[in-house]
Amino acid sequence: MDIERQKSAPVYEALERFRKQRVVPFDVPGHKRGRGNPELVKLLGEQCVSLDVNSMKPLDNLCHPVSVIYDAEQLAADAFGAAHAYFMVGGTTSAVQSMVLTTCKAGDKIILPRNVHKSVINALVLCGAIPVYVNPDVDTHIGIALGMETAQVQKAMDENPDAVAVFVNNPTYYGICSDLRSIVKLAHERNMLVLVDEAHGTHLYFHENLPVSAMEAGADMAAISMHKSGGSLTQSSLLLLGSTVNTRYVEQIINLTQTTSASYLLLSSLDISRRNLALRGRESFEKVTSMAEYARSEINSIGGYYAYGRELVNGGSIYDFDVTKLSVYTRDMGLTGIEVYDLLRDEYDIQIEFGDIGNILAYISIGDRIQDIERLVGALEDIKRLYSRKSSMLHNAEYITPIVAATPQKAFYSEKKLVPIRETAGMVCGEFVMCYPPGIPILAPGEQITSEIISYILYAKEKGCSMQGPEDPDLEKLNVLI
Amino acid sequence: MDFWFSEMHTNNVKMSIRVEKQLFSGTSDFQRIDVFESEEFGRFLTSDGSVIFSEKDEFTYDEMIVHVPMAVHPNVRKVLVIGGGDGGVARELSYYEEIEHIDVVEPDEMFVNVCREFFPDNARGLDDPRVVVSNRDGLRFLRGMQDEYDLIINDSTDPLGHTAGLFTKEFYGSCYKALREDGIMVYQHGSPFFDEDEETCRAMHRKAYKSFPISRVYQAHIPTCPSGYWLFGFASKKYHPLKDLDAKRWNARGIKTWYYTTNLHTGSFMLPKYVEDMLEEEEGAEKK
Repeated sequence: MDIERQKSAPVYEALERFRKQRVVPFDVPGHKRGRGNPELVKLLGEQCVSLDVNSMKPLDNLCHPVSVIYDAEQLAADAFGAAHAYFMVGGTTSAVQSMVLTTCKAGDKIILPRNVHKSVINALVLCGAIPVYVNPDVDTHIGIALGMETAQVQKAMDENPDAVAVFVNNPTYYGICSDLRSIVKLAHERNMLVLVDEAHGTHLYFHENLPVSAMEAGADMAAISMHKSGGSLTQSSLLLLGSTVNTRYVEQIINLTQTTSASYLLLSSLDISRRNLALRGRESFEKVTSMAEYARSEINSIGGYYAYGRELVNGGSIYDFDVTKLSVYTRDMGLTGIEVYDLLRDEYDIQIEFGDIGNILAYISIGDRIQDIERLVGALEDIKRLYSRKSSMLHNAEYITPIVAATPQKAFYSEKKLVPIRETAGMVCGEFVMCYPPGIPILAPGEQITSEIISYILYAKEKGCSMQGPEDPDLEKLNVLI
Repeated sequence: MDFWFSEMHTNNVKMSIRVEKQLFSGTSDFQRIDVFESEEFGRFLTSDGSVIFSEKDEFTYDEMIVHVPMAVHPNVRKVLVIGGGDGGVARELSYYEEIEHIDVVEPDEMFVNVCREFFPDNARGLDDPRVVVSNRDGLRFLRGMQDEYDLIINDSTDPLGHTAGLFTKEFYGSCYKALREDGIMVYQHGSPFFDEDEETCRAMHRKAYKSFPISRVYQAHIPTCPSGYWLFGFASKKYHPLKDLDAKRWNARGIKTWYYTTNLHTGSFMLPKYVEDMLEEEEGAEKK
């Protein structure tokens, strides 16, 4: 990374130059620097609406960058150690879908972890590729899905030598990392590309004590949520490429679904955040790490909570752990993560990222201060004092190997009908059935329903697992393909 | 020379004080601190542009937050002051001989040092041998404490600024736990007058009312506060602020005050109708 070059922010600087020119707008957007919409100016501020401008010569164009956006993307690539970087304005979803659409055509196989983000399955609906699922390991105590074991990935590769790509979630929402380097090596030996959903891993690029990043591990493409740990505006994201991927083709793919009126608020936020990460990222994530570690030790000393960290690492399904993540297991207090999430918001005015059946996740970032950490810890202690009860063990779903009978695309576009669940054996499922914990689908669209799966769903329901996904919330009926 | 300090009390109301000179300006990890010399209010200190206290009206605040609970609780031995880095509260507490220990927990060391330098009359409270000053976060200090204190005074400055954590349910919960079985907590309750501040004021009462069996509100006139009108909260496990007031005992102490009297004590709990209505509304919402 060239630190001197990283000090510039081409999009931001171009916007500053443009502002000083006081150009009279006879182009879109029609609010004309906010003058046509005073209420919007009152809400967002004059500076903000005056930067909401259209693509034009001095500001370049995201659909075909040649000047300042191109330069800014080059700088981003340099900062992240990638061969190319693209500014994305449709969220990390658009980056994930661009990765899948670039590598897979209709009928191609792609190897995925079973607990992959919805955006990936949606990409398969768009392109008609066939998913080959790898079962992520599950921690039965804390009830979360872990990473993919390298041996499991290798098995899927050996069974599907014609697969074109392997998709990896790294790190997961909870901070769990797979052995990315080994997966890349195995995939490249078989001419498969490695796509990494790094939505929760922007910061991995900027501190040496954090798990290895996708580009450093040699992955071919990575989707980066700059708006999560990177500090840019919501909906802005980066797509990173290794040197193996054809950039012209990627650009075509991106432009299939990308807006032709990209927001300069998002673009400039990516540019400024990249500069900030390059210049001060290491120092920031040092601080984030120490805040998260402090919070972990304070929460663990309350008793009844388990804020997990590096001790989980097992060399396989938890190859590494991202210590900036603060996940806390709450079931030993007799409270579900969802209950603690609600209490924190309703009673303590603290909004955390999410609560699931057994865990909460508090997002710690470059915007946090130690006094806010004290509030969170204080609130958790008070919740224990006021609300804890006898704990009950939860049933954990087991993994049943899916039978892919139709592609997600075929399942999506087929006629479907609702059938009582007990009568669905042998039919092809038209929807998702997820079971929490640990949040891994039991059925995905296009998969064959078996009597084993039916009795498992009924059993898990009876055991109090939360079943999500189907149109019928009570899961008496399932949508199946006609 | 026309040199004014101004503070926005709402987006549409500004209070200004003519300044003779600025004595100090510095930024700590927590806040920007400024000290000014003025004709009308004497020296005054601001945090992030808001007046925290002035020489002219600080006595009202310090007396009301200390003498009200001290005239009610019959046997205060151990006191915790959260915030209070200027020493004014400790100074008022130091007049009570039965107190054995006073913890002053002020996270911002710069704040303490600036007060020692520019407000020696307040800061002398910190020199009392019973006072222990800790530069720590208030919530952190309280964590894990149980049955420690007879009185907790929340003298932190701003419910919306860097001390926001001290106006929350977890703070009131931690205080409840740290208090002995007949303990009292008093705290700043903000000003109910301007629309912008009303919700904060409501929320504070809601939280205290929920956390303590007895929760009453009292008032004082403090010119440099928004609208010049300020409320305090009295939250207690056992003693009632009026029924358990021992005026005779307090008056026998002969403490010299400028604002507080035991008559005013009773009167300060008689609130304007709109404030009473607002508080009752919050209590009603809790009962449902």
